[in-house]
This record gives sequence, structure tokens and C-alpha cells, in this order.
Amino acid sequence: MSHDTTFAAPPAEAPARPRQVGASPLRNEDRRLLTGEALFVDDVHLDGMLHAAFVRSDYAHGILKSVDLTAALEHPGVVAAYAAHDLGDYWEPGPLLVPPPPIEQLEFHAATQVPLARDRVRHVGEPIAVVVARSRYEAEDAAALIEVDIEPLEAVSDLEGGLRPDAPRIHDHLESNLAAHVIQRKGTWEEARESAHRVIKRRFWYDHGASAPMENRGIVADWDARSRELTVWDTTQAPIPIRNGLAAMLGLPQSEVRVIAPFIGGGFGPKIMMFYPEEVLLPWISMRLGRPVKWIEDRQESFFATTQERGQDHEAELAVDEEGLILGVRDEFLCDTGAYNPYGLTIAINTQCTLLGPYRVPHYHSEFRMVFTNKPIVTPVRGAGRQHGVFVMERLLDRAADELGIDRVEIRRRNYLTPEEFPHDHEIIYQDFRPLVYDSGNYAEAMDRAAEMIDYSGFESGVRAAARAEGRHVGLGIVSYVEGTGVGPYEGARVGIEPGGRINLVTGVGTQGQGHFTSFAQIVADQLGVGADEVEVVTGDTARFGWGTGTFASRGAVVAGNACHAAAVLVRKKVLTLASSVLGAAEEDLDLADGLVRVVGSGESVSLGDLAARANPLRGAVTPGTEPGLEATAYFGPERGVTASGVHAMILEVDPDTALIRILRYVVVHDCGRVINPMIVEGQIHGGVAHGIGNAFYEELVFDEGAQLLNASFMDYLLPTATDVPTIETDHVETPSPLNPLGVKGVGEAGAIPVGALFAQALEDALDIDGFEVREIPLSPNRLFELIRDAREEG
Amino acid sequence: MGETLTIRLTVNGNEYDRSVEPRLLLSDFLRHDLHLTGTHVGCEHGVCGSCTVLVNGESVRSCLMFAVQADGAEISTVEGLATPADGSGIPHPEDADLHPIQAAFRESHGLQCGFCTPGILMTLVPFLEENPDPDEEQIREALSGHLCRCTGYQNIVKAVRLAAGRMRS
Repeated sequence: MSHDTTFAAPPAEAPARPRQVGASPLRNEDRRLLTGEALFVDDVHLDGMLHAAFVRSDYAHGILKSVDLTAALEHPGVVAAYAAHDLGDYWEPGPLLVPPPPIEQLEFHAATQVPLARDRVRHVGEPIAVVVARSRYEAEDAAALIEVDIEPLEAVSDLEGGLRPDAPRIHDHLESNLAAHVIQRKGTWEEARESAHRVIKRRFWYDHGASAPMENRGIVADWDARSRELTVWDTTQAPIPIRNGLAAMLGLPQSEVRVIAPFIGGGFGPKIMMFYPEEVLLPWISMRLGRPVKWIEDRQESFFATTQERGQDHEAELAVDEEGLILGVRDEFLCDTGAYNPYGLTIAINTQCTLLGPYRVPHYHSEFRMVFTNKPIVTPVRGAGRQHGVFVMERLLDRAADELGIDRVEIRRRNYLTPEEFPHDHEIIYQDFRPLVYDSGNYAEAMDRAAEMIDYSGFESGVRAAARAEGRHVGLGIVSYVEGTGVGPYEGARVGIEPGGRINLVTGVGTQGQGHFTSFAQIVADQLGVGADEVEVVTGDTARFGWGTGTFASRGAVVAGNACHAAAVLVRKKVLTLASSVLGAAEEDLDLADGLVRVVGSGESVSLGDLAARANPLRGAVTPGTEPGLEATAYFGPERGVTASGVHAMILEVDPDTALIRILRYVVVHDCGRVINPMIVEGQIHGGVAHGIGNAFYEELVFDEGAQLLNASFMDYLLPTATDVPTIETDHVETPSPLNPLGVKGVGEAGAIPVGALFAQALEDALDIDGFEVREIPLSPNRLFELIRDAREEG
Repeated sequence: MGETLTIRLTVNGNEYDRSVEPRLLLSDFLRHDLHLTGTHVGCEHGVCGSCTVLVNGESVRSCLMFAVQADGAEISTVEGLATPADGSGIPHPEDADLHPIQAAFRESHGLQCGFCTPGILMTLVPFLEENPDPDEEQIREALSGHLCRCTGYQNIVKAVRLAAGRMRS
């Protein structure tokens, strides 16, 4: 009822006891998930529901000459089938989701995805036609009958080749395959190079893999003409922007569109992409047919119809003095953006900014070109370009340490920003359009703790010596990283107390397993003096909360969490004001605990439920201006992102003859500011590291020269299993962020970010072969075997 | 719809008679014909393990089996796992009605998005019956037929140990 729409962060109030923030209450959402009651999109069943299947391009690049739906339409059970020309005015390229930030002289060329291919196909898996039938089985039967005539064109599959003047052009409205060209500078790199004791130069290749959530994407759309409501269940990380966009596309008021992101089986980035062609089409089809329609992606489709993150080709130089102090960095890289670029520059800017890491870098020249290729669309996947930057910087520092004879931990320590240097302005622009200014951190402490936990100083004489005596090769890796998290623009939350005492919290962000039902509840519980299990949380339903942007950039706890806090603080104020008059005591003498407001020092109390009932009288009079209920809505929009950081260390054994590896120990010391729920934070780190291990050593999207994906199944694309991922030992450094009242920083992506750099260092340390250097990720036993063989042959 | 066959089977103790197409996957039959949507489908090629159910007491990937092959079978899905019990050893009273493995997953934070969880639970039921005191290597081996993208498996291993200990005592 109340709409206190302030963006200002309210002052942090002294929370009631017992404190829930900082504790690890068990998760509120688990029972539903453990018993099979939780609703996922594919669990939605509606009377009269139809099922859609898509016909997709088998070619990476070609002229779409014709699509013949006739046989499909005659197939039993088929209700409708559509190709691009059937969409009429509804056919339109999707919106540019992330426009370029205000960086001087940047060049940017947009080409966004289309609902169904028309005239041209630009990547394998691009949708060409859709069939709607009584069952998915019948829809797939009919899809196989659709005749598609494609005249193949030469495909662009590599970045350098894509920029050659004679390269096949992917988008006719552009002059070349260049999607963007951006230079960001700090100081004067040339100066650093000229004054350097050493300049280290290397070329690196870093490829990211698939997001591979266990739940594929899916949509159910249901248009009810009588109630004039379009309901869409969508596996999205951003239900509110999806609602807003669909309303605009379909010409409906936003109030007639409800998007529900129910339980989502993992997101990891690509489920924030919008709009996917299927998201545009299913609601339109439901409105045309007047029936609910469901589409659930299958696993093979997800390998090319869901966005991916992919390769970057870096040529980088590091200038250092005799002591190993960084004088400057120059980095020039190419970044694959796939066939379309709705996500703009985000990934490459993340790379550019994250490369600077926890270090003092006086001079920086960073230049990138994003290149259209005939591969699936590139958008952020857990880490979102940050691991590419970390890899480049950490690898260069490792080489500098080698060349200067400085210990690898020591060279990092010498270059760390110290706690006194915050806020630290890197003088370039970050993905949130704000200057890259680190808010806080304590990098040396994280390194000290990690070094101690992995026994860095005792490794040589201990673990290594013992292994050597048995002829085994073990190595240690230890690397640093930062992660810009919790970016704007804003999120909101509404907190309310019902007569009877139930406490509701509603927020707009979607949730994909991060534990929002618990950590957000903890934040509210502290203000209202209840347990986290007494706060009922709703997320991801636009009918319940309609303002917000979504779950991405490790921002849930930071941005939505602080909005929950702000709303709870307002409700606490209302509770105290009312209780003060009911109990006849000053607000300062009141205490909230156990669902009661008590007068300190006297036995008098009133329950939150009673207060809520009094705040909503059925008869009588209220003071003019009184808002009913104990409810408040608040928003939080951070000034800019907050910088999380950490150190990963591991001990790795490698068999130089078979190139098989075994991780003996894995240590993470992480700083995400104030920790809301240690159990959940550690879980996020475990999962991130597992994802990173997959990225570093098991997972690779293999494309041939025709940009055809060769391993689009879980039999060929290897996710790490329980026998590949080690036990991860964790510890926290807590440097609260000054940029939000809770002092929190993001943690969702962190675990995945430094793992490639860590593998590279640990492998070199374990093998100790002259000339053996890791300049690429992902590796695999095969690739590692080749690298070992090449180094030995050259040596 | 093409030719159909009639099958009779028991799922979580309830008997069902249904006409199904021979090509209908058991996973789709459970989810979409019987509306037992706790069994999830992650890959439909037998790798991820999300669709695991018990067929006559053995863990089976329901995406690799046709419904007609389950004619006459006794099937258990995650919906049948939480059987009212005495809740012995489960410290959280609100979870006393859960199977000890389910309760241990909650206590150990052995799930995040929860999509792969039902399948993992259905592998662990017979695993712990046959291996009441497994070591970590055996647990990881048992889990290696399942993919989980969220947890890094660590807390799942922890949950299995916790459940095993409780089920032994």
C-alpha cells in the first residue's frame, strides 16, 4: 500500500537480536525442492495446452531460399506452423539489451537476433520455423517434415579471419564483421615501456564454455482473452524486463502481462539474455491461437540456441622494474561476439577492467575488437569475461616472477593495492557505465591466509619432496583476482506484516538456486526480530512486484539485498511508532524480538500480528494522512559496483606421460564484504570453482572451420563430475563495502574466475619442463599431452 | 497419436492403468501423464541423471526407458520418498517427515537450484541400502553418474555421510 519510492539508502539501524545476518539458518526453499513440489517451468500443465518445436538451421551461414510448411501443417495433431513471413509486422530484430557505455571514440555496430531467420541464417541452431501441435512428440514429427532450402555460404569461424577484408560478411548492413572497437587508457603505456627493466610479451587464448544449467530453457505462454491477461512462465533471470518488453511488442498494457520465473534450475548468465526468439514467439502464438503453448528446450538445442561465452585472443605486454613492480600493461585483444551482439560490450569491458586485478597499475593501454562470427550468440556466462582478464594478468606476473627471480607470492604482494589506497580510481569506465573505482579490499591478508592454508612455505620440503621421492609430479598454484559485482541500476522490495503475524517479503529479481528465499529473509528477520524461517519470500513474479532488472553480475545480495534491508527498516519504524502509542512507551524503550514488541524493563508487550491488525482498522477513524498496514516498499540503487576479491590456491598432481591430473588440495580465501549466510556463500564458491575447473580442463565447445559445433551433447561436452571436483577449503576476509548499508559484495561468479590462471601456474610448477608454458584455456588431457610433448621436443 | 498399448504399473504405491504410445519415454509418462513432475529431465540422453527413478528398487534413468517397458513394474519417484516416519535422529522438527537423505541434504546445503536433486536422491536410496557405511571415494563414485552445476558436489558428499550415519544408528 505504501510506496515510499526513495532511492536513498536509509541509515542502517541497530538490528534486533538474535542476529540472522552472519548465521547459517537452513534454507527456506529446500523442502519444496527436496520433495518434488517445487514448480519449474516444465512442470506447468494447463488444460488445452499445445506444444511447440523448432526447426533450426543446420548451417552456420547461408541464404535461406525457402521454407515449406505444407507437409507439417497436414500432419496429425498439428495446429499451426509459422515461418518468418507469417509473423508480419511482429517480425523485428530484438532490442539492444546493453548499449555501449560512455567511452570516448568507441566504435560500435549493433546487429541483434531475429525471431525466425528470414533470407539468411547466421549460426547453427538459429530458428527458422516453429510447429505447434497437441503433443511435443507430434510437434517434433511435424518439424521433421518442414522443407528448408538453404544455400550454404562460407562461414566465419575465427576472429582474425573474420576481420580480413575478404572475409564473408555476416551482416549486410555493416561494412565488415567488426562489432566494436574500444580503447581505454590510463597514463601513458609508452612511458612505462621505456622506463621498464623488463617488458614481458605473450599471446594468450582463453575460451569460455557453455553455461550448462541442468534445467534447459523453457516457456509457457497463456493468453486469456476474457480476463485479458497474458501469463508467461519463463526460465528467465529477468522476469520484469521480459514483462515490459513483451507488453511493448504485443501492444498490451504492462498490467495485462504477468511473467513468472518460478524455481529455475540454474542460470549462470544466459538466462538473463533477452529476448530469445522463443520468448518472443510463444506469447504471440498463444494470443493467435487462444490457447496455452509450451516450449521446452532440449539439451542439444541448448548447445546452440542458448547463448554462450567464448574465445578471446590477447596480445599483452607487462612492463616491470627490477623489483617486480608493475609500471604498465598493454593489452590488445579480439573477442568473439557470435552471430549477433544484443549484449553489447559487457564481456569485453569486464575483461578490460578485471585484468587490472588487485594491483597498482600506473599505465594501461587496453584495446579490443569484438568480431561477429557464425557461431551462437555470445552473452555473459558466470564470470562474464573476467576470467579472460585475470588469466592474462596472472600469467604475465608469473613470467615476470620467473624472469626476475622473484617468488610468485612476493611479486603479487609487492603490487597489491593496500587498504589505505581505497577508494582506488583506475581511471577507466566499467560495465556499469561508472568509473572503475574499487571501494575496499584487503588483498595481502587474503594472500597471507591462503598461503598459510596451503602451506606455501612448507610445500617444497614437504609435499613436493615426498612426491618427488615417489617419482610423482606435484605443483602448487596460487593466484589473485578481483570481481566488480553488485552493479546498478536498482532493485526493490516490499516487506509487510499481516494480521496474524505472517511476514512477507517480495522482490523482483528472479532466483536460480542462490538461496534468496533464505538470505533475503535473514536480512528482514534482523530488523523485525524474528527468525529467517518466519519470513515468507516471493521472487520473480511480476504480479507481486513489478520494478527491477534481474539477477546478474553477482548483484542479488548487494542490490536486492539492500532493497530488502531498506524496506524492512521502514517497516520496523512503522512497528515502533504504532507500538509506542499502543504500549504508551517511548520508541527508544522498545525492543523487537520473537515476533513481539516489548517495553524494555517491563513485562508489557504487543505482537507484530496485533499491531498489523490495529494498523488496518475496519471501522472508526484514523489520523488523516495515516497509511494503512505495516508495509513498506523501498529501492536500492548503488552509486557504482562493489569490488569483491580473493585468492585461490591448489596442489595438483599431473602424470607427464598420460597428462591426467588429480587435484590434491584446493583453497579459496574470499572477500565478499559482510557475509549474510556463510553456508550459502561457501556453496556459491564451491559451485563456482567446479564450473571453473570444468572451464579449465574439461569443457570445450569444439567448432569446425564451418562453425559447426561438434560436441553438442553431454556425452561429448564434459562437465566435471563428483570424481573430478575436489573438496574445497574456504575462508573469508570481510572488508565491508562502504557503498551499501549491509556492507556486502557479490559472490555468485567469483569461484569460477581465477581457476584457469591457477591451473596454468600449478601445471607449470608440477611439470617443471623447460619451455613448457600454458598460454591457453581450456586444456584437456589431450591438449596438455601435446603441450608437454612440444616443450620436450623443443627443449 | 499413433498405436497405443495399455500398461499397468505401480508408482509410489498407487496403481495406474494407462494407454500410451510405445515411443513415450518413461520420464515423459511420469511427468506429463501422471503429473509427477518431481522427476526432472536434463539431457534426455542418459548422462545427467536428473530423471533417475527406482524401477523395482533399482536406480534407472527414466529418459532411457519407454513407459511400455515399465509395464508391471513398481516405480518410486521423489514424491514417494518422504514417508511419514518417526523422524529419528533428524534434529530439525520441521523436517521429521522427510527421508533421512532428504533431511541431510537440507542440513548440509547439498542442493542449490535443486533441479538435479530428485535424481540424485533416487540413486542414493539403493546406494545407502547396499552400502550403509560408504567412504568418500565410494560416495563420489556413486554420484559420478549425476551432473550438478551448482554445488561442486562437496556438500552432497557431506549430506550422504550425514544420512548414512543416521540411517545406521
